[in-house]
Amino acid sequence: MSTQTIAKDLDVYAIRQQFPVLKRQVKGRPLVYFDNAATSQKPQVVLDALMDYYTTMNANVHRGIHTLAEEATAAFEATRDAAHQFINASSREEVIFTRGTTEGINLVAYTWGRQNIKAGDEIIISEMEHHSNIVPWQILCEEKGAVLKMIPINGEGELQMDAFKKLLGPKTKLVSIVHVSNALGTVNPVEEIIELAHKAGALVLVDGAQSSVHLDIDVQAMDCDFFAFSSHKVYGPTGIGILYGKKEILEAMPPFQGGGEMIKEVTLEKTTYADLPYKFEAGTPNIADAVAFKAAIEFVNGIGKDKIRKHENDLLAYATGQLEQIPGLRVIGKAVNKVSVLSFVVNKAHPQDIGILLDNRGIAVRTGHHCAQPLMTCFGIPGTIRASFAVYNTKEEVDELVTGLQKALKMLL
Amino acid sequence: MKSIQEIEQEIVEEFSLFDSWDDKYEYIIDLGKRLPGLEAEHKKDENRVRGCQSTVWLVAEYKDGKVYFKADSDAVIVKGLISMLIRVLTGHTPDEIINAKLGFIQEIGMTTHLAQTRSNGLLSMVKQMKNYALAFKVKSEISHG
Repeated sequence: MSTQTIAKDLDVYAIRQQFPVLKRQVKGRPLVYFDNAATSQKPQVVLDALMDYYTTMNANVHRGIHTLAEEATAAFEATRDAAHQFINASSREEVIFTRGTTEGINLVAYTWGRQNIKAGDEIIISEMEHHSNIVPWQILCEEKGAVLKMIPINGEGELQMDAFKKLLGPKTKLVSIVHVSNALGTVNPVEEIIELAHKAGALVLVDGAQSSVHLDIDVQAMDCDFFAFSSHKVYGPTGIGILYGKKEILEAMPPFQGGGEMIKEVTLEKTTYADLPYKFEAGTPNIADAVAFKAAIEFVNGIGKDKIRKHENDLLAYATGQLEQIPGLRVIGKAVNKVSVLSFVVNKAHPQDIGILLDNRGIAVRTGHHCAQPLMTCFGIPGTIRASFAVYNTKEEVDELVTGLQKALKMLL
Repeated sequence: MKSIQEIEQEIVEEFSLFDSWDDKYEYIIDLGKRLPGLEAEHKKDENRVRGCQSTVWLVAEYKDGKVYFKADSDAVIVKGLISMLIRVLTGHTPDEIINAKLGFIQEIGMTTHLAQTRSNGLLSMVKQMKNYALAFKVKSEISHG
């Protein structure tokens, strides 16, 4: 192996050193954290940024003229710029701070949706959506008398594109689709979906909660109309996220919530709203977490998503190979194009029992329906065991999972 | 017949013999496997206890002033936990069941060891058992005027 190859590889052990929580013990054993699709752990730079914000510049943003307020505003807006680059939006006005993906989707449902969806209109989602990309549309459809349709999936956990083409029609106003499935890891062909939807005259929202940490996101190349994601799945703090929307669409949308920050002028008779992006950011935002989110974006950019992806894909392939040797184990979701997520069931063993026994060995996996009950119904199972990988996971940890699983099954069966 | 507290104490003493959580889980799993399941006719929605991830069915019978429980689950660890609850509570009067403190759950470490979301399943089971006892008590008071 040449030195050049070594230099190009990701040094997972050095990266692990940057995550303090990975040093802790759980049930007397070193923590193995495989619940990254739920939330990722935070590197020291993110923790430092949080601490630094509160210790050196805490102030409210956009309003004060004093030094701290200016510094806090600059730090807050610097994250908007970083997020703007991170998803390659065409302008910073298109980057709106939210609490996370769920709020981003709800924002679109409550503003654009209420303004544009009428009785008889159709909204298309898929069978692999997270509840956060189902329920807001159900509420909207119920309110407006609109119809919610679902793109079916095949046995491998991929969208049936032919069925999607048939669902699309003149009544379709919106397609809201997950980029990467949280329960299966399937990467959906969003570019193709967007092109087809646009031809049919519909807008497209992409739920990027899972994809934003693994895939290169270019909202302009993708040509999506909305893209929502969360900081906490990208090694950043919880409680902050981004909604991207095309400028002309955002400008035509009514505000989401009323309050401070989002106004231009208020009289008792009438209020004029602030320009983008502030029109959608009522009230004091989650400043500290927004500021620290920039450190998370820089952390990811510093390593490079291509290297992270290769590392995670190697782990996924290794783990899949190892787990498939366990008798009675069935991998759920075998899409050709998938990232990071390994969902499985084992004959006669309940996922909850396996989850409890793995936890007893310090291994954190997710068990259950993963907030995607319609998807579990498609596969005819109550839930799965899900291991999801991040930049700091190792093959040794996968070996721990395999050993832990074998021991659990020996106890259970 | 032993009191609820005496049975709780027995379980606490049994658990004190285990060196590791592996041993405790082995024991709970064994209890789960040995608990006779419910007949299919009882596994209906109205007998379901809403827990977290696994499905639990619970039925109760009132005979000669005492309450008798039967339960089942599709997850074996939960079934083992139910088996312990049944061992403690079954065959007692509604009042005894309603007033049971069930400190053994905490003493054997189950509330701290199982994440809150899962202990909630355990707590909703206890609540459901006490609800049955309360319902039987009210019913018998009404019928006895």
